[in-house]
Amino acid sequence: MAQEGAVRYLSPVAVDLQKKKYCRFKKSRIKYIDFKDATFLKKFLNEQGKILPRRVTGTSLKYQRKVAQAVKRARHIALLPYVTDLMK
Amino acid sequence: MVRHYETVFILTPVLSEIQVKEAVKKFKDILTNEGAKIENEENWGLKKLAYPIQKKSTGFYTLFQFEAEGSVIEKLETEFRRDERIIRFLSFRLDKYAVEYSVKRINRLTETKKEA
Repeated sequence: MAQEGAVRYLSPVAVDLQKKKYCRFKKSRIKYIDFKDATFLKKFLNEQGKILPRRVTGTSLKYQRKVAQAVKRARHIALLPYVTDLMK
Repeated sequence: MVRHYETVFILTPVLSEIQVKEAVKKFKDILTNEGAKIENEENWGLKKLAYPIQKKSTGFYTLFQFEAEGSVIEKLETEFRRDERIIRFLSFRLDKYAVEYSVKRINRLTETKKEA
């Protein structure tokens, strides 16, 4: 009986339809990620300068490791900050 | 085994123009004496650092791309550590994709130089 009070939707609740994520490196066949061009690497960092996870950027594991390696090298030679606020 | 290496190092901004040239030349000589073949040398000049290193917020960036034996790197790095004008250096080995990329990059640079 308690079920009676439950709210019933007419149409199924549309969970935000996720557009198919793809790995941009496989698609554009980029093989080497250069740690020197910081502007390109910035696409993979959030405002604090932290590396974005794969589930957000959708990159495959192989290229995510290369991106992480490139970002860490860029940070070492001060092209990218370790931590900052509102970097974009 | 001759391999491709790339090293980037940052000189303190306190140096004058001549001292910078002299320092870069010193490391270039070290490389050539060891029998390394320098393929590409870039000087990005004075750039702002993303975070202060040794209380300095700018530095002279220079990049060497060369082909050398493995043992050369050890000597080069001890020189980097010994020289106090260098505040940061990074050297790494180029794999085959990196070499392809660097060849493209060199062509692009030479083209822009021709136009400029």
